[in-house]
Amino acid sequence: MAPILIIFYVLAAITLSTAFLTIYSRNPIHSAIYLVICMVSIMGHYLLFNAQFLALVQLIVYSGAIMVLFLFTIMLMNLNNEDEVHKPRITRLGAITVLVLLSTILIVLFKNSKPFFGDYAPIDGDFQSIKKLGAVLLDDKNGFMVPFEFASVLLLVAMIGAVLLSKKEKTGK
Amino acid sequence: MNNILNEIGIENYIFLSILLFCIGVFGVLYRRNAIIVFMSIEIMLNAVNLLFVAFSTYHQDAKGQVFVFFSMAVAAAEVAVGLALLVSVFRNIGSVDISNLKNLKG
Repeated sequence: MAPILIIFYVLAAITLSTAFLTIYSRNPIHSAIYLVICMVSIMGHYLLFNAQFLALVQLIVYSGAIMVLFLFTIMLMNLNNEDEVHKPRITRLGAITVLVLLSTILIVLFKNSKPFFGDYAPIDGDFQSIKKLGAVLLDDKNGFMVPFEFASVLLLVAMIGAVLLSKKEKTGK
Repeated sequence: MNNILNEIGIENYIFLSILLFCIGVFGVLYRRNAIIVFMSIEIMLNAVNLLFVAFSTYHQDAKGQVFVFFSMAVAAAEVAVGLALLVSVFRNIGSVDISNLKNLKG
């Protein structure tokens, strides 16, 4: 077996098991830690694809910013006690049924989809380094300038919205 | 390293993404804690991003990665607003159990 295949299987096992443990563990803090490991292993997949820019962004945004936000919220709510009651048994059985059915259906669906997306024809040469990606993103004619600016507006609106939503309401009126 | 998909195969990545996505769906249905539900949504988003990057490499086209970049920006905004909503809900109700959020039920 090729060493790269072994790396892939190890990474995939880490990704799937930590994703499952995120859902399964009772303590929300443990869930957040498992989610960090899951995001870092997905960053490993990106590095395997040689997608350097996305690997860096994944590390900074997901396992940095978003997880710090999650951890702060969990600590703010003081939820790290394990007193969550489970859903009723019928709902849990339904969830497990949905997991099995959905994964089976999707896997069977995609197993026969090879003719539809064509063959893999690797070309030599660089198409996804940070330099090339920046050229594609901010190209003058065919680039993504306008969506890029709209993303900045979206982030600004999200920031203002988060501040407004979590501000304490004035009482005593 | 350039022809990694010859070694691994796109099918393996499709199956990995499907399993990751299904685990996310399972988490949304299985748990009552709204924060864990949010984490499951993040897992689903990541599964789709992973498939985007896999197909971007498959077709040797960087536009898929640009799309993933925008998707990450939207995910960050969504998490910020969603967690602010959760904090507000927790302040008003005293828990983040989604079974308690039935005030809009007709």
